[in-house]
Amino acid sequence: MKNTAWQRELKHYLIGGLLSLILTVVAFAAVLGVDLSRAATLAIVAVAGVAQLIIQVRYFLHIDLSRQKREDLHLILFSLLLLTLMAGGTIWIMGDLAGRMY
Amino acid sequence: MTQDTPLHPGLNLGAPHGEAHTRSEPVIFGFWVFLMSDLILFGILFATYVAMRNGTAGGPGPLELFDLTSVAIQTGLLLLSSLTYGFASLLLKHGNGQRRGLMIWLIITAALGLAFLGFELTDFHSMAQDGGVPSRSGWLSAYYALVGLHGLHITLGLLWIGVMLVQIGVLGLNCRVKTRLLMLGLYWHFLDLVWIGIFSIVFLAGVA
Amino acid sequence: MSDPIFGRLEWSSFFVHEFIAAPSIDSAVAAGAGLAVVVGGIALLGVLLRYRLWGRLWRDWLTSADHKKIGIMYIVLALVMMARGVLEGVAMRTHQATALDGGILSAEHFAQLFSTHGTIMILFVAMPLLIGLINYVVPLQIGARDMVFPVMNQVSLGLTTAAAALIMVSLVVGHFETGGWSAYPPYTGADFNPGVGPDYWIWAIVLSGIGTTLTGINFAVTIYKSRAPGMHFMRMPMFTWTALCTAIMIVYAMPPLTAGSLMLALDRYLDFHFFTNDLGGNMMNYANIFWMFGHPEVYIVVLPAFGVFSEISATYAAKRLYGYASLVFATMAIAAVSFTVWLHHFFTMGQSASVNIAFGIATMIIAVPTGVKIYDWMATLYRGRIRLTAPMIYMLGFFILFVIGGLSGVIQANPTVDFQVHNTLFLVAHFHNVLIPGTLFGMLAGIQYWFPKAFGFRLDERLSRRAAWLWIIGFCFAFLPLYWLGLLGMPRRSASFSDPAFVPWMYVALAGALVLLSAFFTMLQMGWVSVRDRKRLAVPAGDPWDGRTLEWSVSSPPPEWNFAATPQVYSRDAFAVEKEAGHPYLPAQRYADIKMPNATSMGMAVCIAATLMGFGLVWHIWWLAIAGLLGMAASMIARGFVTQTEHTISAAELEQAHRDWLDDVANTRAVTRDEETSPGNRGLAAADVVP
Repeated sequence: MKNTAWQRELKHYLIGGLLSLILTVVAFAAVLGVDLSRAATLAIVAVAGVAQLIIQVRYFLHIDLSRQKREDLHLILFSLLLLTLMAGGTIWIMGDLAGRMY
Repeated sequence: MTQDTPLHPGLNLGAPHGEAHTRSEPVIFGFWVFLMSDLILFGILFATYVAMRNGTAGGPGPLELFDLTSVAIQTGLLLLSSLTYGFASLLLKHGNGQRRGLMIWLIITAALGLAFLGFELTDFHSMAQDGGVPSRSGWLSAYYALVGLHGLHITLGLLWIGVMLVQIGVLGLNCRVKTRLLMLGLYWHFLDLVWIGIFSIVFLAGVA
Repeated sequence: MSDPIFGRLEWSSFFVHEFIAAPSIDSAVAAGAGLAVVVGGIALLGVLLRYRLWGRLWRDWLTSADHKKIGIMYIVLALVMMARGVLEGVAMRTHQATALDGGILSAEHFAQLFSTHGTIMILFVAMPLLIGLINYVVPLQIGARDMVFPVMNQVSLGLTTAAAALIMVSLVVGHFETGGWSAYPPYTGADFNPGVGPDYWIWAIVLSGIGTTLTGINFAVTIYKSRAPGMHFMRMPMFTWTALCTAIMIVYAMPPLTAGSLMLALDRYLDFHFFTNDLGGNMMNYANIFWMFGHPEVYIVVLPAFGVFSEISATYAAKRLYGYASLVFATMAIAAVSFTVWLHHFFTMGQSASVNIAFGIATMIIAVPTGVKIYDWMATLYRGRIRLTAPMIYMLGFFILFVIGGLSGVIQANPTVDFQVHNTLFLVAHFHNVLIPGTLFGMLAGIQYWFPKAFGFRLDERLSRRAAWLWIIGFCFAFLPLYWLGLLGMPRRSASFSDPAFVPWMYVALAGALVLLSAFFTMLQMGWVSVRDRKRLAVPAGDPWDGRTLEWSVSSPPPEWNFAATPQVYSRDAFAVEKEAGHPYLPAQRYADIKMPNATSMGMAVCIAATLMGFGLVWHIWWLAIAGLLGMAASMIARGFVTQTEHTISAAELEQAHRDWLDDVANTRAVTRDEETSPGNRGLAAADVVP
């Protein structure tokens, strides 16, 4: 019984590691390996990055959508909201100011 | 069912660990809140980095300074260390209190973290050789602050692993030590998450 | 250039040097302030040694992990800092009254005054007051025995105290920063301000910022995880709700401050270029980062005051709080929206109108939930049997004045109006108009309200009321004229001016400042008289105001363990419901052994090490800075090896103490609300008010 739980959780980590590895390779390959437009490269890096964040949150930090963990999920979502407001706001404001100086 | 009900974010020790499991609930939750606060700190530096991306002031830029091979190696090392810490957590949870394997995995994790730090410092050094010092431009200031803050976190994490190794030896795997190992795990995985942001936004987007 | 042992510290850095070298009114005021700190410190030490209080202070207070004692120490810290802040306010008003083409103080000195005044009043008066109050009250309100992290609580206090100590030390050695409480670079950068002033500010901010963040985490986790069984979120007292929202805001709002001040430190110490004029630096980003903290901070300091007013309006009107759910949602809305308005502090910086409009609209929106609250409190008071005690007088002042302050703020949410009044005294009038009637009156009302709970005796009612009226009247005279001066075009922070039309209003404001000073002294007198008459004012039964929430169901002062047995909660206003049902004072069905945190010197160790580190950093005494840092690290690591962190209190002892107190309550005469302020009030409320 205990061993199976152990194996299940071990498999969990290994899946997470493997997926992270693949996404990392994709992101690096998009920049180094193939010749794409800058916008396309950035899009691939962004998507691979976000996907890897979700993978690691899911498989290493064990946060999922199951009922019991809602409280933590709320905390994360609220943090992401504020992060978006602060980081997005900063980039917007500073970008706007920079644009008006040229 | 009740055995599987998680009490807090991250890996749960589970009901067989008794008091160590239940007492972890508020502590791990508190640590989680701290990590969210830390996340905002990193977020401010990320936003500042993006806002100062064009502030190279005629000095060297990402294309001249970044070594993506080294960054790729660092990424691999940190990802692997996140996995090895995962193995350590599983031994803590299922290993029936055996300390040896746990300590070995912690030492491997620390070695990987140390190697990461070594590559990072080598990069800093070679950047400085090429004129990429923080006092050269606003962009370099933001770069060193962001990547340096992550490196500082890794350094503190290594120190923490060291302290935990001593605690496992001296105190054994008591309640508090177990809870602290869970916190350390969250911390270590969190640093890998931040690194994903750094290699995507700073390095890859910088060179793309 | 800097000495390896003394850094840049020299004899001329000490406070009397300037007065001896060049005596004037200006240097005499500076020297007097420094002397006051030194003499005050020596006198305190003398009293401690003379009456052998040192041991008791150390054992019972400084090393205690009890949330109640830590809360009281926070408030004491706040009152000490408030004495300085008020005196600085009076000094500034005196100066500006004489500032037509001159003034009694130097421009440099005046700049230090407004910088320290702002820094102290926000971070070392408002914050410690509300943190102290929350620390004391919240565990009692939610039926908990302590904070979840009692030792971290101590460390938070230690870090805040270290930061406050640095600010006090700046009076004696060197000088403080001169760029206002927000310390905008590039003026505060190394190029224009190479001295120690900005460094004092930076390290005080960083230390208190970290301490406050830890406090926020502690409060949030305590409220999430330590509520008594049955106390669902929607049964929590309103003050606890505001504490929760404040705690969550602290967790997210402090990192920008820490980041911004550390980046400024990197600029100053290691020649980085975040905010410099040259080499790609961008000082506008500093304003952006600072106000990402600064605006939520405004609501961090005012929400707990809203919580206090919610509690006292219900208690002193002897009614249930009107619109509980709407107050909860308004509080949550304020907490969230407050993170979207920071740009309104720098509408004039030069960004596009579209950016300004977005933040202007967000600013207007946040006034709505605040308005909801005002109506809820009015509805709570409506047809209540109101007793006009001191906290209610504060609330009366709050109602009228805070609304004026809010309205003068919401008109500035319109960027075009803001452009007219930006950087004038209108703004100074506005934020004092929300911070004093809002935060300060709320905190003072809270202290007035919970003081008998903490110390077992009431505050002298006559002097309390007098102090409350003096605060209100003094505020009106000191700050309402500033609106007019601002509209006349007088810039804020001006050490001197050339328009004689300002002078009469300046004298009115000075008169107001003197009334505020007398209010502060009346409070000291109130404290003195109350301690003297503590036997007559004693309320051992614990419920002097016919309170509604759990903290009133235990003795005054409460035992170390707060509750002999963890209460079971069945509804909102748990204690009021028990009183209505007629069985508020019952022995527990079952008493169990409990564990309480041991005393530890951890907080003091961190406090001393942090103070030394800060001082070393300010004066470039590197060995001292490193020693302080290592001291903090060592104490934290050493703490990890301590295994005996709790002591057990037996069920028998709990039961004995509880039954003894219940016997006392049974022998106490219950008083009606008419006798509330008479000596007959021993803390047992008669059921004369039908809810």
